[in-house]
Amino acid sequence: MSAETPHEVTVRVWRGEDRATGRFEEHTVGADPGMVVLDVMFKVQAEQVPDLAVRWNCKAGKCGSCSAEINGDPKLMCMTRVSSLPANEPITVAPMAAFPLVRDLVTDVSFNYEKAKAIPNVRLSPRGPDGTRRMYQEEVERVQEFHKCIECFLCQNVCHVIRDHEENKQAFSGPRFFVRLAALEMHPLDTHDRLEMIRAKHGLGFCNITKCCTEVCPESIHITDNAIIQLKERVVTEYYDPLVWVKRRVFGEKESTR
Amino acid sequence: MTPTIERDEREYDVVVIGAGGAGIRAAIEAKMQGARTALVCKSLFGKAHTVMAEGGIAAALRNVWKEDGWDVHFRDTMRGGKLLNSWRMAQLHAQEAPERVLELEEWGAMFDRTPDGLILQRDFGGHRYARPAHVGDRTGLEMIRTLQHKAVELGIDVLMECTITKLLLDDGHPSGAFGYWRQSGRFILIRAKAIVLATGGAGKAWRITSNSWEYTGDGMAMALESGADLVDMEFVQFHPTGMVWPASVRGVLVTEGVRGDGGTLKNSRGERFMFRYIPEFFKAETADNEAEADGWYENKKDNRRTPDLLPRDEVARAINAEVKAGRGSPHGGVFLDIASRRTPGFIQSRLPSMYHQFKELADIDITTEAMEVGPTCHYFMGGVRVDPETEASTVAGIFAAGEVAGGMHGANRLGGNSLSDLLVFGRRAGLGAALYAAGQRAPGAVDEHEVEEAARRMVAPLERGASLTGAPTPEAEDPYRIHSDLQTTMQDLVGIIRTGSELEEAVRRIGALRERLDRVAVKGGRRYNPGWNLALDLRSLLTVAEAVTRAAAMRTESRGGHTRDDFPNPDAQWATRNVIVRMRDRQLALATEPLAAPPPELQRILSGEPAKTEPAIESTVPTPAGGFR
Ligand SMILES: Cc1cc2nc3c(=O)[nH]c(=O)nc-3n(C[C@H](O)[C@H](O)[C@H](O)COP(=O)(O)OP(=O)(O)OC[C@H]3O[C@@H](n4cnc5c(N)ncnc54)[C@H](O)[C@@H]3O)c2cc1C
Ligand code: SF4
Ligand code: SF4
Ligand code: FES
Repeated sequence: MSAETPHEVTVRVWRGEDRATGRFEEHTVGADPGMVVLDVMFKVQAEQVPDLAVRWNCKAGKCGSCSAEINGDPKLMCMTRVSSLPANEPITVAPMAAFPLVRDLVTDVSFNYEKAKAIPNVRLSPRGPDGTRRMYQEEVERVQEFHKCIECFLCQNVCHVIRDHEENKQAFSGPRFFVRLAALEMHPLDTHDRLEMIRAKHGLGFCNITKCCTEVCPESIHITDNAIIQLKERVVTEYYDPLVWVKRRVFGEKESTR
Repeated sequence: MTPTIERDEREYDVVVIGAGGAGIRAAIEAKMQGARTALVCKSLFGKAHTVMAEGGIAAALRNVWKEDGWDVHFRDTMRGGKLLNSWRMAQLHAQEAPERVLELEEWGAMFDRTPDGLILQRDFGGHRYARPAHVGDRTGLEMIRTLQHKAVELGIDVLMECTITKLLLDDGHPSGAFGYWRQSGRFILIRAKAIVLATGGAGKAWRITSNSWEYTGDGMAMALESGADLVDMEFVQFHPTGMVWPASVRGVLVTEGVRGDGGTLKNSRGERFMFRYIPEFFKAETADNEAEADGWYENKKDNRRTPDLLPRDEVARAINAEVKAGRGSPHGGVFLDIASRRTPGFIQSRLPSMYHQFKELADIDITTEAMEVGPTCHYFMGGVRVDPETEASTVAGIFAAGEVAGGMHGANRLGGNSLSDLLVFGRRAGLGAALYAAGQRAPGAVDEHEVEEAARRMVAPLERGASLTGAPTPEAEDPYRIHSDLQTTMQDLVGIIRTGSELEEAVRRIGALRERLDRVAVKGGRRYNPGWNLALDLRSLLTVAEAVTRAAAMRTESRGGHTRDDFPNPDAQWATRNVIVRMRDRQLALATEPLAAPPPELQRILSGEPAKTEPAIESTVPTPAGGFR
């Protein structure tokens, strides 16, 4: 253990169904070795607040359900050790701010599921004569980084374009979906061309590369460097380099989707 | 009859309950057949248990070992299951798994590659050749996301955070499913002509478990209540390697891929103890010395498999025995060492989540230190009894696939064989359900009394809770406490090693818990109330716990995942019998039934001969005649 385990842990946890009338409630429970913030919530539920609304599934950092703001930092509750937080003050746990509140720590993340519907899926070139598709580890690895995304939506939650401007939600899909678009764009065998769509429909231009998304990603995906900036470069080349434009149109490397 | 219960209402041809690998694959198939299809899940879409799967998806792709084939995979699966498997399911699974994996690739999955650009396969317990296709140690994530995207592409309606509590039947045909939205607490009635259960297992009945809160056996309990049979419920898999320390992460899984990639088990004296636990059944194919075991990773022709990769039941029992003999690790497990055997770079690239998991949650650097591991409740071999071809249960119009279904894995499942099972049988179930629905004019009529009764039962805990002032009393039971007491019971009395008297005691205690559940009271309202949700889930969990315990008491022998202290050996009489669990007059009724023997051609494969013919894969699946308007 990195720090010695205190006997008790106190949390200030947000309660309520409405941001205007909700409030923080303080609860103290016994501490266990290695405890994570989600364990504290379980104890609060079992001992004091049976109806405390918390969303979780795997408790192993794999499903991306338990996102919250812990002492103001967007994090997974199941991967945040109590011992990693300041010992002598209560731990503040609040729901993600960018999404509508359902109750207590649970938010309505349907915005993300709606955005996902607007992205056309892969369409691969046909299998080779031997019935297989060949791709090499180096090219696959680039995309695998993006496939690590557990859809915790923490990056969506911190992106100021969404968080501070409700009106942008319409025209901006957010970092999670730039990651998805980058994965498709860099798939060695995909035949769709989504560049026009990335520019016009997903609002890549709104992003001013503040890198806040990258900082909070629990999967350490280099969202800005490896996904967003790459996409921006491709969009620029596509739209402002006439040669590339003509080549794409004439030779039809990828079929465009709008 | 006019509805008396306020609710949302939807209508479909096929409703798939559960959105893990099996459920999504079933919904995709039903939708592609033209059925109006709904996919329902208790949590958010893409978060089901399948997302946690780590090591791989088993399929004889023959990319690494040309000697592999469906026949070898079939034989391994049957031997791993101690020959108690439904041979037909094991055969279909082995034959169709490669095509299902390639289909995932077609839909965007990016598996790790061989040097010549094909899907890479890794070593896993009980598999003769390197077989599971994988993406590092996050294969389940790749699988569920790929299927999720395909479902979105097809425009399948997904009803998420929606819990089904009851299946509705009309004269033996489905009329739909009844449940509630977790976010609002509102009731919902989904009318449908056919139902696919894909709700997974019930590992939440144990204290030390790799399973999430969703695993409360709802599908199995609802199937029982609808009159369907369950099979093989006594076989619960305890994965040999769960984390044991710190307490907070006890039970979290450590993938078999660690051993597949060279990790080895050691006791407190530093001995590789598995060499002492090679059972007669596997002697011929298992290395009996360290040199041969280590040589096997590189050269499978001249060396036999390391005993570290014996099937899971064997390894879990061995660990249990070492700990009991006082040779365990400080926190009651044993050591799993890959640090001294592989380079840090190799470990980090092959097992990134394991590296991360130990670093974050246990302050252990697995590239320099050994892990402490011990058995954790992991998987249900048993489940709804199905027809191998269509996954139809014994009730018309109700289908089941994935972990909720039984038969395929017999007495013990091999690692990697679940993910492939989900795809092979998920697809077949979706097809079966679509075909069935095509033959029905409309969903059955809804019996309003039944709906009313279900609704009343569901709100009862809240009504009792509303009058609650202070702490729970004996008259007002707390759901968390009932759950915890059940976990203690199952952990202590229905664990890896079982005995008749303890099983009887467990049945008695489960009965007492059921009485307490009748008095369960929950504070708060219906909107996202985990206490209330748990109170409802407990009903299924208790039913399934009782089914497991009573089936375990009935099987008076030791085989695969079921070990009896009082009957320590396999018994030839039990070698070809399944335990069947049914519900009659709201009580569980158990019976045994003979298991059909494989046909001669498969018998020959089981005795080691290769298959003579190439598999005729699609021929067993009828194409739909009707279609949908
Ligand atoms: C940590 C871990 C690692 C694993 N690794 C591997 C591996 O490497 N290889 C392998 O082959 N297997 C592995 N397994 C096993 C495998 O992951 C599971 O057996 C498999 O994912 C089960 O899939 P499923 O589709 O049957 O159900 P699940 O993926 O569990 O999905 C169940 C679905 O049913 C829904 N549901 C349940 N009840 C209800 C209800 N009442 N109403 C509505 N919806 C409901 C849930 O919300 C969920 O969507 C692993 C398991 C674990 C826990
Ligand atoms: S880098 Fe772009 S996407 Fe990421 S948080 Fe900043 S503005 Fe949002
Ligand atoms: S990109 Fe990272 S932060 Fe964003 S949703 Fe995915 S895992 Fe979460
Ligand atoms: S519960 Fe799955 S990521 Fe935290």
